[in-house]
Amino acid sequence: MHTGAKRFLLAAIFVAAVASYFSAQFNRYYLGLAIDVGINIILAVSLNLINGHTGQFSLGHAGFMAVGGYTAASITLALSPKFPAAATPVLFAGALLAGGLTAALAGLAVGVPTLRLRGDYLAIVTLGFGEIIRVIFENMDCVGAASGLKGIPNYTNFFWAWSLAAVTVFVITCLVNSTYGRGFIAVHDDEIAASAMGVNPTKYKVTAFVIGAFFAGLAGGLYAHHKQFLSPTGFDFMKSIDIVVMVILGGMGRTTGVIIAAILLTLLPEFLRGFAEYRMIIYALMIIVLMIARPQGLFNFGKFKRTKT
Amino acid sequence: MDWFLQQLINGLALGAIYALIALGYTMVYGVLRFINFAHCDVLMLGAFAAYFLAPAVAHLFAPQSYLGAIVIVVLAAAICAVIGILIERLAYRPLRDRPKLTSLITAIGVSLFIEYTCQLQAVFGAQTRPFPKLLPQQDFQFGGLSVSSNDVIVLVVTALLLAAMRFIVMQTKTGTAMRAVSFNENAAALMGINVNRIISFTFGLGSALAGVAGIFYAMRAPGIEPLMGVQPGLHAFVAAVVGGIGNLPGAALGGLVIGLLETFAGGIPGLSNYRDGIAFAILILILLFKPAGLLGKATVEKV
Repeated sequence: MHTGAKRFLLAAIFVAAVASYFSAQFNRYYLGLAIDVGINIILAVSLNLINGHTGQFSLGHAGFMAVGGYTAASITLALSPKFPAAATPVLFAGALLAGGLTAALAGLAVGVPTLRLRGDYLAIVTLGFGEIIRVIFENMDCVGAASGLKGIPNYTNFFWAWSLAAVTVFVITCLVNSTYGRGFIAVHDDEIAASAMGVNPTKYKVTAFVIGAFFAGLAGGLYAHHKQFLSPTGFDFMKSIDIVVMVILGGMGRTTGVIIAAILLTLLPEFLRGFAEYRMIIYALMIIVLMIARPQGLFNFGKFKRTKT
Repeated sequence: MDWFLQQLINGLALGAIYALIALGYTMVYGVLRFINFAHCDVLMLGAFAAYFLAPAVAHLFAPQSYLGAIVIVVLAAAICAVIGILIERLAYRPLRDRPKLTSLITAIGVSLFIEYTCQLQAVFGAQTRPFPKLLPQQDFQFGGLSVSSNDVIVLVVTALLLAAMRFIVMQTKTGTAMRAVSFNENAAALMGINVNRIISFTFGLGSALAGVAGIFYAMRAPGIEPLMGVQPGLHAFVAAVVGGIGNLPGAALGGLVIGLLETFAGGIPGLSNYRDGIAFAILILILLFKPAGLLGKATVEKV
């Protein structure tokens, strides 16, 4: 398993590097779309650790993405004039890492007090934190407040987006398949039984939350340096729902399914562009029909997991 | 002092509207154990129903007459009740035996569906429309205090509706059945209660209250548009949780608490920008110390 996963990681990074080398020849529109897909894979796979593998329902993933995005963008905006052009990859990597770590810290701050709550309550509180983070950014003058942060350098390219997506998939797959990672699934399957077996549910939930938030922060940094503009309204409740739908469509706890869903759901709005105002209605109907007809996820062909009541 | 009393009255009126919406959330949670995200859109539909009914009713009765206003509110509430029952029948009933998460996500889907359908130009359109005046508006002056007649009506009607709800839930046979279903659905069914009918009734009742709240909210807002329900819906929902979700007096108390705190915070210069975040901050603080809400009872999970 592990050598296979390592091979996958190296192969994915190699492909990303090669594709990035030739990327100048691709259509800019498709290239931008491909980067969007990479970012969304990071978001969906990291939320899958929280919502899927650990079975906690978080509705605040966009909030962590915002924390990471704003942190990374502020760092590059402040330091890029002082850095030689040759050192920008170092600066960018540092900024992304800082964004991820800040988001992880925010995840810890949110997680420790709230993860004692269960089910719906947790969903509500994470939703609340997402909204609070948005309101705070709307009032922070140093990052442009409600009008947004402009002029972020365009550092994100195909290589960064896809190799970090590969790293995310690698880390989370290895984590969940490790001895330690069995704890996440134990907490998901039955919290009371898990704690009776000596697994500390709160500790596992917080760990999942912090790791998920870290990757969401990374994705936020990539997003900021891809769109070159950040606005607090871009990280509202709807953005969190988008990511949740990717996880559900792919099948909770199914990494491959979630990746396919992230790709499909990023491309779907582009295909539906001709329908313009109908496309969100189609999206909403799809969620309802999917939940009634195939609640285990579109790409979940494995054995049925025992459902929680 | 005047400032304080003024904010108190504004806060009470806003809190009363939140309380009406929160009751719908809390009743549905009581019987089905999931958050009905589409509730805030029923509120919007209530306001739009009144918007389209108002000209027709003005023909029948004198414009801005009390009788006309009552007819509009009752009809809008009835329309909302039908919509609520339909939503439950079509979207939630097929999922009754599935994990609650499935219902939650379906509810989000239903909410998005209503919002985006109403934004179509062929339906309501995304633009803001001015809400018609249903009643002649007067301002009563008490010293430095100005109280709008609308606020007084909102407070009085809400108090009456809360009393009526308490009567329905605690004193009538249907209300007893509602509480039985909320306590244990299977046992209630064994006692001869038609669970489907009770759940439909609950949705109808909650949606009717949301319709009334929608009209009240529209009377205070600059205008109505298809997304107008989202903010009051979220805040009322927070109010329901603060009060202890599934608990009726809790929903009313939570609504008043959130409405008052938001209004007071909105009046303090440094805090006014954070107004939208305040409801959530209170929610998190309260859940940390009382995880079941202000009036909710903590339940022990048995294995």
